[in-house]
Amino acid sequence: MNPNDIEAIRLIIRRAKRWDAFFGLLGILSLMVGILTLVALFVDMAVDGFARIDYKFLTNFPSRRAEDAGILSAWVGTVLVMIVTVVAAVPLGVAAGVYLEEYAPKNWVTDIIEINVNNLAGVPSIVYGLLALGLFVHFFKFGESILSAGMALALLILPVVIVATRESIRAIPQMIREGSYACGATTWQTVKDHILPYSSAGILTGVIIGMARAIGETAPVITIGALTFIAFLPPAPFTGDPPTGPFDWLFAPFTVMPIQMFNWTSRPEAAFLVNAAAAGLVLVVMTVAMNALAIWIRYRLRKNILW
Amino acid sequence: MTTTISDRLRKKSSRHRKERFIEFILFGAALISVFTTAAIVFILIKESVVFFQSVPITDFLFDTQWTPLFDDAHFGIIVLLSGTITSSMVALAIAIPLGTIIAIYLSEFAPFRVREAVKPFLELLEGVPTIVYGYFALVFVTPLLQKIYPDLPGFNLLSAGLVMGVMIIPYVASLSEDAMKAVPMSLREGSYAMGATRLQTALRVVMPAATSGIASAYILATSRAVGETMVVAVAAGMQPNLTFNPLEPGATITSYIVQVAMGDLPHGSIGYQTIFAAGLTLFLLTLAFNLIGYYMRKKFREVY
Repeated sequence: MNPNDIEAIRLIIRRAKRWDAFFGLLGILSLMVGILTLVALFVDMAVDGFARIDYKFLTNFPSRRAEDAGILSAWVGTVLVMIVTVVAAVPLGVAAGVYLEEYAPKNWVTDIIEINVNNLAGVPSIVYGLLALGLFVHFFKFGESILSAGMALALLILPVVIVATRESIRAIPQMIREGSYACGATTWQTVKDHILPYSSAGILTGVIIGMARAIGETAPVITIGALTFIAFLPPAPFTGDPPTGPFDWLFAPFTVMPIQMFNWTSRPEAAFLVNAAAAGLVLVVMTVAMNALAIWIRYRLRKNILW
Repeated sequence: MTTTISDRLRKKSSRHRKERFIEFILFGAALISVFTTAAIVFILIKESVVFFQSVPITDFLFDTQWTPLFDDAHFGIIVLLSGTITSSMVALAIAIPLGTIIAIYLSEFAPFRVREAVKPFLELLEGVPTIVYGYFALVFVTPLLQKIYPDLPGFNLLSAGLVMGVMIIPYVASLSEDAMKAVPMSLREGSYAMGATRLQTALRVVMPAATSGIASAYILATSRAVGETMVVAVAAGMQPNLTFNPLEPGATITSYIVQVAMGDLPHGSIGYQTIFAAGLTLFLLTLAFNLIGYYMRKKFREVY
């Protein structure tokens, strides 16, 4: 071969390799944009808000004076709404996931259900708010209550729970089912004694991620008509006199953490922005901790696969 | 000779009935998703029909003012759409290039350990509540942008769009990466055997083979940007403004719904109905994106 040709080919290779290295760098830089945003967001809020978080902040009601205001009614509201959400979304989501994986025949009904689950995962959260406003608040007359909000958020995270359930069920090898059927078990016995126990950790990850999402959701809860200024607590669950007393809390007006933060963010006074930062910090720590827990469980799960 | 059947076997019919009953209940749970969609469509259309009885649909589509709560009421959805389109465009201008580069990097370049270390961070980025991103856009990104461009108003579509873009990077990245991962190894090996570099393989073999999957990622990301609410509600100002200039404040369909819901509108008033008409527009828009995205995704799954 002509030495000039070899030189030319080497040049082409060098150039191609340089582009290759350049793109590798570009990839790392792009990742950094995401990660640095996460860090900046966290640090910015911690600097503004950390000093504001103390015992009084957690145990005071909101107030017109920024330095007296706290998040008591907000976090209590969040906890109560989450109870409703989990009680509604987990059984329904797991049941639907089990049906789609273990029972559903391949026909058009199943296709319609699958398309719906997929589509619902992409419906903007505020549309769920409008649904809840029309359906739960005005049609079923639940009012602007903890129950309406909890149900709206339950519908919102239902696709998350369903998809997580299906994925962890699909990871169970077919031989487990065959073994169970070979011993004479029915479908339900197989599901109850094998499928659900083996997929429970995976389902749990999905539930935690769904809850983290529901805790941070603002738009649907605002749409329902949650109040932004609540200086009292709903009645404690399961304490009043039967028949309706124990469930009074379901119909109480309420506020939640993200709405409290939104309210403080939209005020012009700078002092309230500090409160917003503090509330945001609590919110981020909560959701990030839940997501991290879910990621950790999944990581452990992948390391300790039994089959 | 008489055959005796043991008691345990004789219970078979009741066992069968119980099985069918359980299957029926599980089927009911799965049907909830269909009911939810039906309920969304029903509620949105029911309230919108009342709205369109007092506002002609041509006004809704072609009027260039949106002042539903004034005495001189105008209902031009274009005004809200312009805010939605502008903020989504800014978001996609960030999320699509960065998301695609990250997807290529994670799927074709990154060593296994880097990938394992980085993916949790991307998931955390996705898990941060949107209201927190809104706060971040308002008190961190906007002042930062004002240092570069001092005339920028305190509320603007640009900083909301930028933050929204970063927010949906993980979404674009993970969906595109899925599509690239689905491309069979033999195609890559063929390309490497011809002496191509990783970048050449990624751009000329893997990406073309994963086109429909990557396109579906972009479409689903668009749907998400269009439906995003709290970032624009906090950082973009909520004044209806017919503009495609991201440096101005503006309201989107979503932030208008929030604004109305924050106030105290009586059930059944025209202002109350506007949020359902706006919601219907939003729902149809995202439904179209989601269905296109869903079928394109299904297509790439079928190919490999």
